[in-house]
Amino acid sequence: MTTQVIRSEWTKIRSVASTVWTLSLAAVVTIALGMLVSALARQQFDNMGEQDRLSFDATYISFAGMGLGQLAMIVFGVLVVTNEYSTGMIRTSLAAVPRRGSLLASKVAVATVLALVVGMVTSFAAFFLGQALLGSLSTSIGEEGVLRAVIGGGLYMALIAMFSMGIAVMLRSPMLSLGILMPFFFLISNILGAVQATKKFGRFLPDQAGSHIMQVVTPVGDDTPYGPWGGLGIMALWVIAALAGGYLLLRKRDA
Amino acid sequence: MIELEGLTKRYGEKLAVDNLTFTVRPGTVTGFLGPNGAGKSTTMRMILGLDHPTAGNVRVDGRRYQELKDPLTYMGALLDAKAVHGGRSAYNHLLCLAQSNGIPDRRVHEVLDTVGLTPVARKKAKGFSLGMSQRLGIAAALLGDPRILMFDEPVNGLDPEGIHWIRGLMKSLAAQGRTVFVSSHLMSEMALTADHLVVIGQGRLLADTSMADFIERNSRCYVRIRTPERERLLDVLSTAGITAVEQDGGLLEVEDGEAERIGELAARHRVVLHELSSRQSSLEEAFMQLTAGSVEYHAHTGQAERAGQAGQTGQAGQAEPAAAPVQPAVADMKKES
Repeated sequence: MTTQVIRSEWTKIRSVASTVWTLSLAAVVTIALGMLVSALARQQFDNMGEQDRLSFDATYISFAGMGLGQLAMIVFGVLVVTNEYSTGMIRTSLAAVPRRGSLLASKVAVATVLALVVGMVTSFAAFFLGQALLGSLSTSIGEEGVLRAVIGGGLYMALIAMFSMGIAVMLRSPMLSLGILMPFFFLISNILGAVQATKKFGRFLPDQAGSHIMQVVTPVGDDTPYGPWGGLGIMALWVIAALAGGYLLLRKRDA
Repeated sequence: MIELEGLTKRYGEKLAVDNLTFTVRPGTVTGFLGPNGAGKSTTMRMILGLDHPTAGNVRVDGRRYQELKDPLTYMGALLDAKAVHGGRSAYNHLLCLAQSNGIPDRRVHEVLDTVGLTPVARKKAKGFSLGMSQRLGIAAALLGDPRILMFDEPVNGLDPEGIHWIRGLMKSLAAQGRTVFVSSHLMSEMALTADHLVVIGQGRLLADTSMADFIERNSRCYVRIRTPERERLLDVLSTAGITAVEQDGGLLEVEDGEAERIGELAARHRVVLHELSSRQSSLEEAFMQLTAGSVEYHAHTGQAERAGQAGQTGQAGQAEPAAAPVQPAVADMKKES
Protein backbone atom coordinates (compact mmCIF):
# COMPACT_ATOMS: atom_id res chain seq x y z
CA MET A 1 0.00 0.00 0.00
CA THR A 2 1.62 3.23 -1.11
CA THR A 3 0.39 6.80 -1.35
CA GLN A 4 0.63 6.50 -5.15
CA VAL A 5 -1.74 3.58 -5.29
CA ILE A 6 -4.07 5.17 -2.73
CA ARG A 7 -4.27 8.33 -4.85
CA SER A 8 -5.00 6.17 -7.87
CA GLU A 9 -7.75 4.28 -6.08
CA TRP A 10 -9.26 7.54 -4.90
CA THR A 11 -9.39 8.77 -8.49
CA LYS A 12 -11.05 5.50 -9.49
CA ILE A 13 -13.69 5.59 -6.78
CA ARG A 14 -14.64 9.23 -7.21
CA SER A 15 -14.88 9.00 -10.99
CA VAL A 16 -17.71 6.49 -11.23
CA ALA A 17 -21.37 7.23 -10.67
CA SER A 18 -22.09 4.08 -8.65
CA THR A 19 -20.10 5.44 -5.70
CA VAL A 20 -22.34 8.46 -5.37
CA TRP A 21 -25.67 6.70 -5.77
CA THR A 22 -24.94 3.72 -3.53
CA LEU A 23 -23.61 5.86 -0.70
CA SER A 24 -26.38 8.45 -0.93
CA LEU A 25 -28.95 5.68 -1.03
CA ALA A 26 -27.42 4.11 2.09
CA ALA A 27 -27.63 7.44 3.93
CA VAL A 28 -31.11 8.41 2.74
CA VAL A 29 -32.72 5.01 3.38
CA THR A 30 -31.16 4.63 6.83
CA ILE A 31 -32.10 8.13 7.96
CA ALA A 32 -35.58 8.26 6.41
CA LEU A 33 -36.65 4.84 7.62
CA GLY A 34 -35.26 5.58 11.09
CA MET A 35 -37.33 8.78 11.19
CA LEU A 36 -40.46 6.98 10.06
CA VAL A 37 -40.12 4.23 12.66
CA SER A 38 -39.33 6.80 15.38
CA ALA A 39 -42.48 8.75 14.56
CA LEU A 40 -44.57 5.56 14.58
CA ALA A 41 -43.01 4.40 17.85
CA ARG A 42 -44.03 7.63 19.55
CA GLN A 43 -47.62 7.15 18.40
CA GLN A 44 -47.78 3.50 19.36
CA PHE A 45 -45.90 3.64 22.66
CA ASP A 46 -49.07 3.72 24.77
CA ASN A 47 -50.38 0.57 23.06
CA MET A 48 -47.20 -1.40 23.73
CA GLY A 49 -47.04 -4.22 26.27
CA GLU A 50 -45.30 -3.89 29.60
CA GLN A 51 -42.21 -5.82 28.51
CA ASP A 52 -41.80 -3.81 25.29
CA ARG A 53 -42.01 -0.58 27.23
CA LEU A 54 -39.32 -1.73 29.62
CA SER A 55 -37.08 -2.75 26.70
CA PHE A 56 -37.78 0.47 24.78
CA ASP A 57 -34.49 1.69 23.31
CA ALA A 58 -34.84 5.19 21.87
CA THR A 59 -31.35 5.03 20.35
CA TYR A 60 -31.87 1.68 18.67
CA ILE A 61 -35.29 2.76 17.34
CA SER A 62 -33.70 5.65 15.47
CA PHE A 63 -31.39 3.11 13.76
CA ALA A 64 -34.34 1.07 12.49
CA GLY A 65 -33.39 2.03 8.92
CA MET A 66 -30.00 0.36 9.21
CA GLY A 67 -31.30 -3.06 8.15
CA LEU A 68 -32.40 -1.73 4.77
CA GLY A 69 -29.75 0.98 4.44
CA GLN A 70 -26.98 -1.57 4.88
CA LEU A 71 -28.09 -3.20 1.64
CA ALA A 72 -27.00 -0.08 -0.25
CA MET A 73 -23.67 -0.27 1.62
CA ILE A 74 -23.34 -3.87 0.45
CA VAL A 75 -23.96 -2.76 -3.13
CA PHE A 76 -21.29 -0.08 -2.69
CA GLY A 77 -18.73 -2.59 -1.40
CA VAL A 78 -19.55 -5.14 -4.08
CA LEU A 79 -19.45 -2.66 -6.97
CA VAL A 80 -16.15 -1.08 -5.88
CA VAL A 81 -14.53 -4.48 -6.36
CA THR A 82 -16.55 -6.15 -9.11
CA ASN A 83 -16.50 -3.07 -11.37
CA GLU A 84 -12.89 -4.04 -12.04
CA TYR A 85 -13.81 -7.58 -13.01
CA SER A 86 -16.96 -7.01 -15.01
CA THR A 87 -15.22 -4.42 -17.19
CA GLY A 88 -11.86 -6.22 -17.50
CA MET A 89 -10.22 -3.19 -15.90
CA ILE A 90 -8.61 -5.55 -13.37
CA ARG A 91 -5.98 -6.57 -15.93
CA THR A 92 -5.10 -2.95 -16.62
CA SER A 93 -5.01 -2.28 -12.87
CA LEU A 94 -2.80 -5.27 -12.13
CA ALA A 95 -0.46 -4.41 -14.99
CA ALA A 96 -0.07 -0.98 -13.37
CA VAL A 97 0.18 -2.35 -9.82
CA PRO A 98 1.43 -5.94 -10.04
CA ARG A 99 1.78 -6.31 -6.26
CA ARG A 100 -1.73 -7.58 -5.73
CA GLY A 101 -1.76 -7.15 -1.97
CA SER A 102 -0.91 -3.48 -2.43
CA LEU A 103 -3.70 -2.98 -4.94
CA LEU A 104 -6.27 -4.72 -2.74
CA ALA A 105 -5.19 -2.98 0.47
CA SER A 106 -5.32 0.46 -1.19
CA LYS A 107 -8.70 -0.20 -2.76
CA VAL A 108 -10.20 -1.47 0.51
CA ALA A 109 -8.63 1.37 2.51
CA VAL A 110 -10.01 4.09 0.24
CA ALA A 111 -13.48 2.56 0.04
CA THR A 112 -13.57 1.93 3.79
CA VAL A 113 -12.64 5.49 4.69
CA LEU A 114 -15.37 6.71 2.38
CA ALA A 115 -17.91 4.27 3.82
CA LEU A 116 -16.87 5.24 7.33
CA VAL A 117 -17.35 8.95 6.69
CA VAL A 118 -20.75 8.36 5.10
CA GLY A 119 -21.63 5.86 7.84
CA MET A 120 -20.76 8.28 10.65
CA VAL A 121 -22.68 11.15 9.11
CA THR A 122 -25.63 8.82 8.51
CA SER A 123 -25.52 7.42 12.03
CA PHE A 124 -25.42 10.83 13.72
CA ALA A 125 -28.10 12.22 11.43
CA ALA A 126 -30.35 9.18 11.99
CA PHE A 127 -29.90 9.51 15.75
CA PHE A 128 -30.62 13.22 16.08
CA LEU A 129 -33.49 13.26 13.59
CA GLY A 130 -34.97 10.15 15.17
CA GLN A 131 -34.77 11.63 18.67
CA ALA A 132 -36.43 14.82 17.44
CA LEU A 133 -39.39 12.74 16.25
CA LEU A 134 -39.51 10.61 19.39
CA GLY A 135 -40.35 13.72 21.42
CA SER A 136 -40.84 12.85 25.10
CA LEU A 137 -39.52 9.31 24.56
CA SER A 138 -36.16 10.52 23.24
CA THR A 139 -32.79 10.08 24.83
CA SER A 140 -29.77 12.35 24.60
CA ILE A 141 -26.26 11.82 23.30
CA GLY A 142 -24.91 12.42 26.81
CA GLU A 143 -26.74 9.42 28.33
CA GLU A 144 -24.68 6.38 29.18
CA GLY A 145 -23.89 4.21 26.17
CA VAL A 146 -25.60 6.47 23.64
CA LEU A 147 -22.50 8.02 22.08
CA ARG A 148 -20.95 4.55 21.84
CA ALA A 149 -24.07 3.32 20.04
CA VAL A 150 -24.08 6.21 17.57
CA ILE A 151 -20.38 5.91 16.74
CA GLY A 152 -20.92 2.15 16.60
CA GLY A 153 -23.60 2.69 13.94
CA GLY A 154 -21.04 4.38 11.71
CA LEU A 155 -18.48 1.65 12.34
CA TYR A 156 -21.10 -0.99 11.60
CA MET A 157 -21.79 0.49 8.16
CA ALA A 158 -18.09 0.64 7.30
CA LEU A 159 -17.60 -2.96 8.42
CA ILE A 160 -20.55 -4.13 6.31
CA ALA A 161 -18.95 -2.47 3.28
CA MET A 162 -15.58 -4.10 4.07
CA PHE A 163 -17.14 -7.54 4.49
CA SER A 164 -18.88 -7.13 1.11
CA MET A 165 -15.58 -6.17 -0.52
CA GLY A 166 -13.90 -9.30 0.80
CA ILE A 167 -16.71 -11.53 -0.47
CA ALA A 168 -16.73 -9.71 -3.81
CA VAL A 169 -12.97 -10.24 -4.31
CA MET A 170 -13.54 -13.95 -3.81
CA LEU A 171 -16.55 -14.19 -6.11
CA ARG A 172 -15.57 -11.52 -8.72
CA SER A 173 -19.05 -11.43 -10.25
CA PRO A 174 -21.35 -8.59 -9.16
CA MET A 175 -24.51 -10.64 -9.67
CA LEU A 176 -23.21 -13.61 -7.72
CA SER A 177 -21.91 -11.42 -4.88
CA LEU A 178 -25.13 -9.45 -4.55
CA GLY A 179 -27.21 -12.57 -5.04
CA ILE A 180 -25.57 -14.09 -2.00
CA LEU A 181 -25.05 -11.06 0.24
CA MET A 182 -28.40 -9.29 -0.16
CA PRO A 183 -30.73 -12.16 0.76
CA PHE A 184 -28.30 -13.28 3.42
CA PHE A 185 -28.27 -9.98 5.27
CA PHE A 186 -31.86 -9.05 4.59
CA LEU A 187 -33.56 -12.37 5.28
CA ILE A 188 -31.50 -15.39 6.19
CA SER A 189 -29.49 -13.83 8.97
CA ASN A 190 -32.64 -12.40 10.56
CA ILE A 191 -34.44 -15.72 10.37
CA LEU A 192 -31.48 -17.60 11.85
CA GLY A 193 -31.30 -15.02 14.61
CA ALA A 194 -35.01 -15.18 15.42
CA VAL A 195 -35.74 -18.90 15.27
CA GLN A 196 -35.07 -20.48 18.65
CA ALA A 197 -33.26 -23.52 17.24
CA THR A 198 -30.68 -21.51 15.30
CA LYS A 199 -30.46 -18.48 17.55
CA LYS A 200 -27.31 -19.63 19.34
CA PHE A 201 -25.51 -19.84 16.02
CA GLY A 202 -27.33 -16.94 14.36
CA ARG A 203 -26.16 -14.33 16.81
CA PHE A 204 -22.56 -14.95 15.83
CA LEU A 205 -23.26 -13.91 12.23
CA PRO A 206 -21.56 -10.65 11.26
CA ASP A 207 -24.61 -8.39 11.21
CA GLN A 208 -26.33 -9.92 14.26
CA ALA A 209 -23.17 -9.60 16.32
CA GLY A 210 -22.19 -6.20 14.96
CA SER A 211 -25.56 -4.52 15.40
CA HIS A 212 -25.36 -5.03 19.17
CA ILE A 213 -23.16 -1.97 19.34
CA MET A 214 -26.21 0.16 18.47
CA GLN A 215 -28.23 -1.07 21.44
CA VAL A 216 -28.29 0.97 24.63
CA VAL A 217 -31.04 -0.82 26.56
CA THR A 218 -30.59 -4.57 26.93
CA PRO A 219 -33.91 -6.25 26.08
CA VAL A 220 -35.64 -8.11 28.89
CA GLY A 221 -34.60 -11.76 28.99
CA ASP A 222 -31.59 -11.21 26.72
CA ASP A 223 -28.85 -13.80 27.21
CA THR A 224 -26.38 -12.68 24.53
CA PRO A 225 -22.95 -13.94 25.59
CA TYR A 226 -21.06 -10.86 24.38
CA GLY A 227 -21.26 -7.11 24.98
CA PRO A 228 -21.54 -4.29 22.42
CA TRP A 229 -17.82 -4.12 21.67
CA GLY A 230 -17.52 -7.87 21.80
CA GLY A 231 -20.20 -8.08 19.13
CA LEU A 232 -18.41 -5.57 16.94
CA GLY A 233 -15.22 -7.58 17.50
CA ILE A 234 -16.96 -10.71 16.22
CA MET A 235 -18.06 -8.77 13.14
CA ALA A 236 -14.50 -7.53 12.65
CA LEU A 237 -13.27 -11.13 12.70
CA TRP A 238 -15.72 -11.95 9.89
CA VAL A 239 -14.40 -8.96 7.94
CA ILE A 240 -10.79 -10.06 8.43
CA ALA A 241 -11.66 -13.59 7.31
CA ALA A 242 -13.46 -12.34 4.18
CA LEU A 243 -10.63 -10.00 3.20
CA ALA A 244 -7.96 -12.61 3.92
CA GLY A 245 -9.83 -15.11 1.76
CA GLY A 246 -10.13 -12.50 -0.98
CA TYR A 247 -6.42 -11.69 -0.80
CA LEU A 248 -5.33 -15.33 -0.94
CA LEU A 249 -7.52 -16.00 -3.98
CA LEU A 250 -6.46 -12.78 -5.71
CA ARG A 251 -2.80 -13.70 -5.22
CA LYS A 252 -3.22 -17.23 -6.45
CA ARG A 253 -5.57 -16.73 -9.37
CA ASP A 254 -4.85 -15.73 -12.93
CA ALA A 255 -6.32 -12.29 -13.54
CA MET B 1 14.01 -6.52 -23.99
CA ILE B 2 11.61 -9.33 -23.15
CA GLU B 3 13.08 -12.78 -22.56
CA LEU B 4 10.98 -15.91 -22.42
CA GLU B 5 12.53 -19.13 -21.20
CA GLY B 6 10.64 -22.39 -21.44
CA LEU B 7 7.41 -20.52 -20.75
CA THR B 8 4.56 -22.96 -20.32
CA LYS B 9 0.90 -22.61 -19.38
CA ARG B 10 -1.39 -25.52 -18.85
CA TYR B 11 -5.14 -25.25 -18.32
CA GLY B 12 -6.23 -28.64 -17.06
CA GLU B 13 -5.30 -31.11 -19.79
CA LYS B 14 -4.71 -28.46 -22.40
CA LEU B 15 -1.31 -26.93 -23.02
CA ALA B 16 -2.07 -23.34 -24.02
CA VAL B 17 1.58 -22.32 -24.17
CA ASP B 18 4.18 -25.01 -24.63
CA ASN B 19 7.80 -24.35 -23.68
CA LEU B 20 8.26 -21.02 -25.46
CA THR B 21 11.77 -19.62 -25.57
CA PHE B 22 12.55 -16.46 -27.49
CA THR B 23 13.78 -12.93 -26.99
CA VAL B 24 12.15 -9.70 -28.11
CA ARG B 25 14.88 -7.17 -28.85
CA PRO B 26 14.91 -3.39 -28.80
CA GLY B 27 14.96 -1.20 -31.89
CA THR B 28 12.74 -3.43 -33.99
CA VAL B 29 9.10 -4.28 -34.32
CA THR B 30 8.71 -7.94 -33.43
CA GLY B 31 5.58 -9.52 -34.82
CA PHE B 32 3.96 -12.26 -32.77
CA LEU B 33 2.01 -14.31 -35.22
CA GLY B 34 -0.28 -17.26 -34.83
CA PRO B 35 -3.78 -18.41 -35.64
CA ASN B 36 -6.58 -17.62 -33.21
CA GLY B 37 -6.21 -19.72 -30.09
CA ALA B 38 -2.48 -20.26 -30.61
CA GLY B 39 -1.63 -18.88 -27.19
CA LYS B 40 -0.58 -15.33 -28.08
CA SER B 41 -2.76 -13.57 -25.53
CA THR B 42 -1.95 -16.10 -22.81
CA THR B 43 1.76 -15.51 -23.45
CA MET B 44 1.26 -11.77 -23.24
CA ARG B 45 -0.68 -12.07 -19.99
CA MET B 46 2.17 -14.12 -18.53
CA ILE B 47 4.68 -11.46 -19.59
CA LEU B 48 2.65 -8.97 -17.56
CA GLY B 49 2.42 -11.30 -14.58
CA LEU B 50 -1.37 -11.51 -14.91
CA ASP B 51 -1.35 -15.26 -15.46
CA HIS B 52 1.05 -17.46 -13.54
CA PRO B 53 3.19 -19.72 -15.76
CA THR B 54 2.95 -23.45 -15.12
CA ALA B 55 6.67 -23.66 -15.86
CA GLY B 56 9.47 -21.51 -17.17
CA ASN B 57 9.88 -17.81 -16.70
CA VAL B 58 9.75 -14.50 -18.47
CA ARG B 59 11.84 -11.42 -17.78
CA VAL B 60 11.32 -7.79 -18.69
CA ASP B 61 14.59 -5.88 -18.72
CA GLY B 62 16.12 -8.76 -16.78
CA ARG B 63 13.52 -8.80 -14.04
CA ARG B 64 10.18 -10.40 -13.38
CA TYR B 65 7.40 -7.96 -14.20
CA GLN B 66 6.12 -8.11 -10.61
CA GLU B 67 9.51 -6.91 -9.37
CA LEU B 68 9.47 -3.73 -11.45
CA LYS B 69 8.89 -0.57 -9.48
CA ASP B 70 6.37 1.60 -11.35
CA PRO B 71 6.09 -0.97 -14.15
CA LEU B 72 4.29 1.38 -16.54
CA THR B 73 7.52 3.32 -16.89
CA TYR B 74 9.30 0.16 -18.12
CA MET B 75 6.64 -1.42 -20.21
CA GLY B 76 3.32 -0.32 -21.65
CA ALA B 77 0.79 -2.83 -22.86
CA LEU B 78 -2.50 -2.86 -24.70
CA LEU B 79 -4.21 -6.19 -24.20
CA ASP B 80 -7.93 -5.56 -24.52
CA ALA B 81 -9.13 -2.16 -25.62
CA LYS B 82 -12.57 -2.70 -24.11
CA ALA B 83 -11.13 -3.45 -20.65
CA VAL B 84 -12.05 -0.02 -19.34
CA HIS B 85 -14.73 1.04 -16.87
CA GLY B 86 -17.35 2.46 -19.19
CA GLY B 87 -18.57 5.03 -16.67
CA ARG B 88 -15.17 6.62 -16.26
CA SER B 89 -13.95 9.36 -18.56
CA ALA B 90 -10.89 8.83 -20.73
CA TYR B 91 -9.05 11.45 -18.70
CA ASN B 92 -9.83 9.83 -15.34
CA HIS B 93 -9.00 6.38 -16.68
CA LEU B 94 -5.53 7.55 -17.64
CA LEU B 95 -5.19 9.68 -14.52
CA CYS B 96 -5.71 6.76 -12.13
CA LEU B 97 -3.15 4.71 -14.06
CA ALA B 98 -0.67 7.58 -14.05
CA GLN B 99 -1.07 8.18 -10.32
CA SER B 100 -0.51 4.52 -9.48
CA ASN B 101 2.93 4.72 -11.06
CA GLY B 102 3.91 8.21 -9.96
CA ILE B 103 3.63 9.58 -13.49
CA PRO B 104 2.94 13.34 -13.55
CA ASP B 105 -0.59 14.44 -14.52
CA ARG B 106 0.64 16.40 -17.53
CA ARG B 107 1.60 13.11 -19.22
CA VAL B 108 -2.12 12.31 -19.33
CA HIS B 109 -2.72 15.38 -21.49
CA GLU B 110 0.30 14.57 -23.63
CA VAL B 111 -0.76 11.01 -24.45
CA LEU B 112 -4.36 12.07 -25.05
CA ASP B 113 -2.96 14.49 -27.57
CA THR B 114 -0.70 11.86 -29.14
CA VAL B 115 -3.60 9.50 -29.82
CA GLY B 116 -5.97 12.31 -30.80
CA LEU B 117 -8.50 11.86 -27.99
CA THR B 118 -8.18 15.32 -26.42
CA PRO B 119 -11.61 16.47 -27.70
CA VAL B 120 -13.34 13.53 -25.96
CA ALA B 121 -11.10 13.37 -22.87
CA ARG B 122 -13.98 14.14 -20.51
CA LYS B 123 -16.43 11.80 -22.22
CA LYS B 124 -17.31 8.46 -20.67
CA ALA B 125 -15.48 5.54 -22.24
CA LYS B 126 -18.67 3.54 -22.84
CA GLY B 127 -19.58 5.88 -25.67
CA PHE B 128 -16.33 5.16 -27.48
CA SER B 129 -16.14 3.24 -30.73
CA LEU B 130 -13.74 0.31 -30.90
CA GLY B 131 -11.28 2.54 -32.74
CA MET B 132 -11.42 5.19 -30.01
CA SER B 133 -11.06 2.49 -27.34
CA GLN B 134 -7.95 1.19 -29.13
CA ARG B 135 -6.54 4.70 -29.08
CA LEU B 136 -7.30 5.00 -25.37
CA GLY B 137 -5.57 1.67 -24.75
CA ILE B 138 -2.54 2.86 -26.70
CA ALA B 139 -2.54 6.12 -24.74
CA ALA B 140 -2.43 4.05 -21.55
CA ALA B 141 0.47 2.02 -22.92
CA LEU B 142 2.43 5.18 -23.78
CA LEU B 143 1.69 6.85 -20.45
CA GLY B 144 4.92 5.98 -18.66
CA ASP B 145 7.08 6.68 -21.74
CA PRO B 146 8.23 3.05 -21.52
CA ARG B 147 11.16 1.47 -23.37
CA ILE B 148 9.09 -1.63 -24.05
CA LEU B 149 5.67 -1.72 -25.66
CA MET B 150 3.37 -4.64 -26.21
CA PHE B 151 0.18 -4.57 -28.26
CA ASP B 152 -2.28 -7.44 -28.66
CA GLU B 153 -3.99 -7.22 -32.06
CA PRO B 154 -3.90 -3.42 -32.12
CA VAL B 155 -5.41 -2.98 -35.57
CA ASN B 156 -8.51 -5.06 -34.84
CA GLY B 157 -11.60 -3.03 -35.51
CA LEU B 158 -9.77 0.04 -36.75
CA ASP B 159 -10.65 1.92 -39.88
CA PRO B 160 -7.99 2.26 -42.62
CA GLU B 161 -6.86 5.62 -41.29
CA GLY B 162 -6.46 4.17 -37.80
CA ILE B 163 -4.56 1.15 -39.12
CA HIS B 164 -2.22 3.42 -41.02
CA TRP B 165 -1.68 5.48 -37.87
CA ILE B 166 -0.86 2.41 -35.74
CA ARG B 167 1.63 1.07 -38.28
CA GLY B 168 3.41 4.40 -38.34
CA LEU B 169 3.36 4.63 -34.56
CA MET B 170 4.88 1.20 -34.07
CA LYS B 171 7.62 1.86 -36.60
CA SER B 172 8.49 5.20 -35.06
CA LEU B 173 8.57 3.70 -31.55
CA ALA B 174 10.99 1.04 -32.76
CA ALA B 175 13.04 3.66 -34.59
CA GLN B 176 13.46 5.44 -31.25
CA GLY B 177 15.17 2.30 -30.02
CA ARG B 178 12.24 0.90 -28.11
CA THR B 179 11.22 -2.73 -27.96
CA VAL B 180 7.93 -3.20 -29.78
CA PHE B 181 6.13 -6.54 -29.52
CA VAL B 182 2.90 -6.79 -31.43
CA SER B 183 0.61 -9.73 -32.01
CA SER B 184 -1.57 -10.46 -34.98
CA HIS B 185 -3.23 -13.35 -36.72
CA LEU B 186 -2.77 -11.65 -40.07
CA MET B 187 0.47 -12.31 -41.92
CA SER B 188 -0.25 -9.49 -44.34
CA GLU B 189 -0.40 -7.05 -41.43
CA MET B 190 2.90 -8.29 -40.02
CA ALA B 191 4.59 -8.13 -43.41
CA LEU B 192 3.93 -4.40 -43.41
CA THR B 193 5.11 -3.57 -39.91
CA ALA B 194 7.36 -6.23 -38.40
CA ASP B 195 11.12 -6.52 -38.82
CA HIS B 196 11.26 -9.73 -36.87
CA LEU B 197 8.80 -12.55 -36.67
CA VAL B 198 7.89 -15.02 -33.95
CA VAL B 199 5.34 -17.56 -35.11
CA ILE B 200 3.49 -19.89 -32.76
CA GLY B 201 0.85 -22.53 -33.28
CA GLN B 202 -0.93 -24.46 -30.54
CA GLY B 203 1.35 -22.82 -28.03
CA ARG B 204 4.56 -24.03 -29.67
CA LEU B 205 7.27 -21.96 -31.31
CA LEU B 206 7.18 -22.52 -35.07
CA ALA B 207 9.55 -19.81 -36.25
CA ASP B 208 11.74 -17.10 -34.79
CA THR B 209 13.31 -15.30 -37.70
CA SER B 210 13.83 -11.97 -39.36
CA MET B 211 11.05 -10.89 -41.68
CA ALA B 212 13.43 -10.79 -44.64
CA ASP B 213 14.55 -14.37 -44.01
CA PHE B 214 11.01 -15.52 -43.62
CA ILE B 215 10.00 -13.98 -46.93
CA GLU B 216 13.00 -15.39 -48.71
CA ARG B 217 12.55 -18.86 -47.33
CA ASN B 218 8.83 -19.04 -47.69
CA SER B 219 7.95 -17.33 -50.89
CA ARG B 220 7.72 -20.19 -53.33
CA CYS B 221 7.96 -19.42 -57.05
CA TYR B 222 6.46 -21.75 -59.57
CA VAL B 223 4.99 -21.89 -63.04
CA ARG B 224 1.47 -23.07 -63.51
CA ILE B 225 0.41 -24.71 -66.75
CA ARG B 226 -2.93 -25.82 -68.10
CA THR B 227 -3.07 -27.85 -71.24
CA PRO B 228 -5.46 -30.28 -72.98
CA GLU B 229 -2.41 -32.33 -74.04
CA ARG B 230 -1.06 -33.17 -70.63
CA GLU B 231 0.84 -36.39 -71.45
CA ARG B 232 2.58 -34.86 -74.46
CA LEU B 233 3.65 -31.81 -72.52
CA LEU B 234 4.94 -33.95 -69.65
CA ASP B 235 7.07 -35.89 -72.15
CA VAL B 236 8.40 -32.70 -73.68
CA LEU B 237 9.25 -31.24 -70.30
CA SER B 238 10.93 -34.35 -68.93
CA THR B 239 13.04 -34.65 -72.10
CA ALA B 240 14.14 -31.08 -71.43
CA GLY B 241 14.96 -32.03 -67.83
CA ILE B 242 12.07 -30.16 -66.27
CA THR B 243 10.01 -31.85 -63.58
CA ALA B 244 6.34 -30.96 -63.54
CA VAL B 245 4.06 -31.94 -60.72
CA GLU B 246 0.46 -32.81 -61.52
CA GLN B 247 -2.10 -30.99 -59.48
CA ASP B 248 -5.83 -31.31 -59.13
CA GLY B 249 -8.01 -30.11 -61.98
CA GLY B 250 -5.48 -31.10 -64.63
CA LEU B 251 -3.01 -28.42 -63.64
CA LEU B 252 0.74 -28.80 -63.85
CA GLU B 253 3.19 -26.93 -61.68
CA VAL B 254 6.91 -26.47 -62.18
CA GLU B 255 8.94 -25.36 -59.20
CA ASP B 256 11.28 -22.44 -59.91
CA GLY B 257 10.55 -22.84 -63.59
CA GLU B 258 10.90 -20.17 -66.25
CA ALA B 259 7.64 -19.47 -68.01
CA GLU B 260 9.49 -18.26 -71.13
CA ARG B 261 11.43 -21.48 -71.58
CA ILE B 262 8.38 -23.67 -71.02
CA GLY B 263 6.37 -21.57 -73.45
CA GLU B 264 9.08 -21.87 -76.10
CA LEU B 265 9.35 -25.62 -75.60
CA ALA B 266 5.59 -25.99 -75.96
CA ALA B 267 5.57 -23.87 -79.11
CA ARG B 268 8.42 -25.84 -80.64
CA HIS B 269 6.55 -29.10 -80.05
CA ARG B 270 3.19 -27.58 -81.00
CA VAL B 271 1.55 -28.36 -77.67
CA VAL B 272 -1.55 -26.29 -77.00
CA LEU B 273 -1.48 -24.34 -73.72
CA HIS B 274 -4.54 -22.81 -72.07
CA GLU B 275 -2.61 -21.21 -69.27
CA LEU B 276 1.00 -20.42 -68.57
CA SER B 277 1.73 -18.23 -65.60
CA SER B 278 4.56 -17.45 -63.20
CA ARG B 279 3.31 -17.45 -59.67
CA GLN B 280 4.54 -16.66 -56.24
CA SER B 281 2.82 -18.04 -53.20
CA SER B 282 1.84 -15.27 -50.80
CA LEU B 283 3.22 -14.88 -47.29
CA GLU B 284 -0.27 -15.61 -46.08
CA GLU B 285 0.02 -19.03 -47.71
CA ALA B 286 3.45 -19.56 -46.24
CA PHE B 287 2.09 -18.70 -42.82
CA MET B 288 -0.84 -21.02 -43.23
CA GLN B 289 1.41 -23.85 -44.36
CA LEU B 290 3.61 -23.29 -41.35
CA THR B 291 0.68 -23.37 -38.96
CA ALA B 292 -1.40 -25.90 -40.91
CA GLY B 293 -0.92 -28.67 -38.40
CA SER B 294 -1.60 -26.46 -35.44
CA VAL B 295 -4.76 -24.59 -36.23
CA GLU B 296 -7.19 -24.77 -33.38
CA TYR B 297 -10.50 -24.29 -35.13
CA HIS B 298 -11.15 -25.50 -38.63
CA ALA B 299 -14.16 -24.93 -40.78
CA HIS B 300 -14.37 -28.37 -42.34
CA THR B 301 -15.13 -28.56 -46.00
CA GLY B 302 -15.05 -31.33 -48.58
CA GLN B 303 -11.57 -30.20 -49.60
CA ALA B 304 -10.06 -31.13 -46.29
CA GLU B 305 -7.97 -33.91 -47.83
CA ARG B 306 -6.19 -31.34 -49.94
CA ALA B 307 -5.01 -29.57 -46.87
CA GLY B 308 -1.34 -28.95 -46.52
CA GLN B 309 -0.59 -29.91 -50.11
CA ALA B 310 2.08 -27.80 -51.73
CA GLY B 311 0.67 -24.86 -53.57
CA GLN B 312 -2.70 -25.06 -51.91
CA THR B 313 -3.84 -22.52 -49.41
CA GLY B 314 -2.78 -24.41 -46.34
CA GLN B 315 -5.73 -25.89 -44.53
CA ALA B 316 -8.63 -25.70 -46.90
CA GLY B 317 -11.45 -23.47 -45.77
CA GLN B 318 -9.59 -22.40 -42.69
CA ALA B 319 -11.52 -20.36 -40.16
CA GLU B 320 -9.37 -17.32 -40.66
CA PRO B 321 -10.51 -14.36 -42.69
CA ALA B 322 -6.96 -14.09 -43.96
CA ALA B 323 -7.11 -16.74 -46.64
CA ALA B 324 -5.69 -14.65 -49.46
CA PRO B 325 -5.76 -16.34 -52.84
CA VAL B 326 -2.67 -17.12 -54.81
CA GLN B 327 -1.31 -13.92 -56.26
CA PRO B 328 -0.39 -14.44 -59.89
CA ALA B 329 2.65 -12.61 -61.16
CA VAL B 330 1.20 -12.39 -64.66
CA ALA B 331 -2.32 -12.10 -65.94
CA ASP B 332 -4.30 -15.06 -64.77
CA MET B 333 -6.85 -16.55 -67.13
CA LYS B 334 -8.00 -19.35 -64.91
CA LYS B 335 -11.67 -19.99 -64.50
CA GLU B 336 -12.98 -21.21 -61.20
CA SER B 337 -14.04 -24.82 -61.59
